[in-house]
Amino acid sequence: MIVGTIFLLLIVVLIGSIAYGRHVVRTEKSDAVFGNPIRALGGWHWIVCGVSTIMVVWFLFSWDAARSYFPLAANELCQVAKFNRAGVPMRSTFPLDGNRLLQGTQLLQREYREMDELGDQLLATNFSNANKVALSEIIGDMRLALAAQANENLMDPEISRHMRDIVERIRALNREMGSSGYPGPADPAALAEALAQPGWGETSVEIPPLPMTDRGRKFDAASEVLEKISNDYVRIRNNGGQIATMLAGLKAKIEALDIGEDDDPAVMAARKDMVKQITLIFRRIDDGRIFPPTVLNDIEHALIELDGTQREEQGSLTVINAWAMPGGEILAGNSACSEQGSGRWLPKPSDTLATFFRLANPDEGYKGVSLFWYKMKPVSEMVGFIVPDWIADLVPGEYPRHGSDGRTNDNFKSSVYNFATGDFDSFSVPVPDGHVWDSILRVLLGLFFGILLGVPLGLFMGLSRFAKGYFDPLIELYRPVPPLAWAPLILTIFGIQDDGKIFLLFMVAFAIMVISARTGATGTQLSKIHAAHSLGATPRQIVRRVILPNSLPEILTGIRISIGVCWGTLVAAEMLAGTTGIGFVENVARKQSDYEIIWMTIIILGLLGLLFDLIMRWVIKRTIPWRGKG
Amino acid sequence: MKDLVVENLNMIFSMPSGNDVQALKDVSFTLEKGELLAVLGPSGCGKTTLLNIVAGFNHPTSGSIRHGDHEILGPGVDRGMVFQQGALFEWLTVEDNVNFGLRMKKADPIDTARKVEEWLEIVGLQGFGKTPTYQLSGGMQQRVALARCLINDPDLILMDEPLGALDALTREKMQSLVLKIWKETGKTIIIITHSVEEALLLGERLFVMAPRPGRLHKEYRLPFAEQGLKEDLREIKKQADFAENREEILTMIWNMEEEIMGKSETAA
Repeated sequence: MIVGTIFLLLIVVLIGSIAYGRHVVRTEKSDAVFGNPIRALGGWHWIVCGVSTIMVVWFLFSWDAARSYFPLAANELCQVAKFNRAGVPMRSTFPLDGNRLLQGTQLLQREYREMDELGDQLLATNFSNANKVALSEIIGDMRLALAAQANENLMDPEISRHMRDIVERIRALNREMGSSGYPGPADPAALAEALAQPGWGETSVEIPPLPMTDRGRKFDAASEVLEKISNDYVRIRNNGGQIATMLAGLKAKIEALDIGEDDDPAVMAARKDMVKQITLIFRRIDDGRIFPPTVLNDIEHALIELDGTQREEQGSLTVINAWAMPGGEILAGNSACSEQGSGRWLPKPSDTLATFFRLANPDEGYKGVSLFWYKMKPVSEMVGFIVPDWIADLVPGEYPRHGSDGRTNDNFKSSVYNFATGDFDSFSVPVPDGHVWDSILRVLLGLFFGILLGVPLGLFMGLSRFAKGYFDPLIELYRPVPPLAWAPLILTIFGIQDDGKIFLLFMVAFAIMVISARTGATGTQLSKIHAAHSLGATPRQIVRRVILPNSLPEILTGIRISIGVCWGTLVAAEMLAGTTGIGFVENVARKQSDYEIIWMTIIILGLLGLLFDLIMRWVIKRTIPWRGKG
Repeated sequence: MKDLVVENLNMIFSMPSGNDVQALKDVSFTLEKGELLAVLGPSGCGKTTLLNIVAGFNHPTSGSIRHGDHEILGPGVDRGMVFQQGALFEWLTVEDNVNFGLRMKKADPIDTARKVEEWLEIVGLQGFGKTPTYQLSGGMQQRVALARCLINDPDLILMDEPLGALDALTREKMQSLVLKIWKETGKTIIIITHSVEEALLLGERLFVMAPRPGRLHKEYRLPFAEQGLKEDLREIKKQADFAENREEILTMIWNMEEEIMGKSETAA
């Protein structure tokens, strides 16, 4: 019900924001003509409108709105799907459901075409005349057999009886479906079992298969009857009576066919192949799938009548299916029903949110790691990571050796060593942890080192002919290579854990930062440098006080681009290898076709990207307000 | 007392196409301490090149240039420069632009702050210290540029078309300001301009330069700058000899331009 309310609210907001936008346009006193950029300023209500459009589309196409407003519709449509599925074997032989031709018409056209080709082949061969005559006689007989199957006068009366029987049964079903009482009062036990089923979307089966409503029971019962009729119809073969005699004669001729002996293996192979083709065509004719068209007319009419009844009985379900569950339909499988189309691959917002909260719970997490939480880490571990071990080597003295009693006494040098390796007891502090945090940290570290090394080198390259020439080949050779092409190599060298990914991101950010800092440095106005010179600035001061601040706009733009490219590269790198990170989560979810988690990771990535960009926009606004106003 | 001695200055730029361009040919002059020199000439006559050489940004191909008792070998704090567009550091406030030179010298901050106040008052920008420079109008930006240059107390002030980009009214105010500063500080000033009126109004001495090759064409000694210290500048412009001088120089420059056009036409 919450979903329903939100959906309704979204539609109200959507319409409201459009109405407000039109109101603003009408009342605005603006002389802006088309093309004036001022007309694009403002307009938060269009942001609201855009967001609610996305949400409405999501609610609608994921069938979340349908689930909220018509909770039983899926169960009923499942019974309809069963009914549709039951009719398929029979209906597919008629020009119904998008077929243009009768099955028999199609088969006849095909067999005649194949036999024409076979006849042409036969003429072109160098078979002996006797062989040619025998083979063409068989082809002629097969043509006759086909014509006989299409002739109602030659048909076995028994088959007509079967066909009439089928028509009667379809008509009876039609009458029963149209009556209100069908299929009689519900079996209380079965109904109780049906009502006890988990609801739509509550299980992995997705849609409760047992009929829960009267309408559902009607289609469920009708589907069983229709399935029997369908199966019986399919078993009818037009190979009895006179046709049986013809076919038996034909079969005897084919079996008696003597292909003779020939010294040339190619000729032998061609003969064998021709006999094989003839046998295949004969088997299809013997199958008896071709009936005289007049015999089928009654069944077709009965089926069309049944369609009408089905439409009537479906009633509102048709409308719900078309409007509340767009982009797909519910299909019945052997044992269960499932959503197909957008209902399948577009998870419902409420389910996605529930999945998010389930995974965001630090006790749950995904593959043993939380999404975004903290963990207690002993300080000693961090000290051991930061303080280099060789510090202990600088301490005077010798590392202790074990004595003859087997004990080792620590001295000062070994204590420093223990400290540097983090081998001591300490209290723990909370540090951020989880898939999302791991991804963010990798991006930030790659970016940090990229800026730290890239900006100075870029400025150097912008100011020195030597640096520009010397480093240009290196950067221009590795930069155009897509980062992902580097990934296999880098991940092999530096490992699939953080090191490799951070180095990969460093490479990405470094090239971008070098180029943007270089552009910034080269773009400094000469008069500003001259001014700084005549104000007594030293070269170092000029770089620090004039060229660096002057390059800030380019550098910040470079950072903004780097963040975007780093995100893209990181997610792909995490998909390649690793055990944590958003890309890892998405990749595992992909392997398990877990659409909710896939979409959740996509949304998290989108929101994080937006967050980073907003932060960068804010930083740009704060640090370089002069840009474009100089 | 001789402040600036320029002897046989030649400047030849080698172009990538192989043609050498003689920007300055045998330029010689002497400037006394406290003189205000205006340099005028059609475009391409080497005005800015001359100024850049005096500032130390360019080295002359031949000839010598002495400032006070030493040869000019590179840029220095003793020669302050004001540029056409101000060349302010737009990431800094007015205050930080003005005290840039002192900060680079790591001067005493309290002393610096006092000097900044003083100079902002002289150029008429009191209270604008904390304003970012990109928010200032063109005239105000040039005032900041003046203050930034003068706070370093240079012996020689070089101005490269400092008022070129200003509107007429602001320009007149700034001309008065330049004269006022000249009078009060007694600095030697070289001002380059493409406006004949401005050259006549500001120049105690006036060089008219000719192009191709850039050389000194004619020199004037003018009384108008002295008068401008006392009188309204617009009154000076009405004087008969001011108008006479203006017409003479305009004709001179006009003829130079004609000559260039004729040259390039015959060359073509």
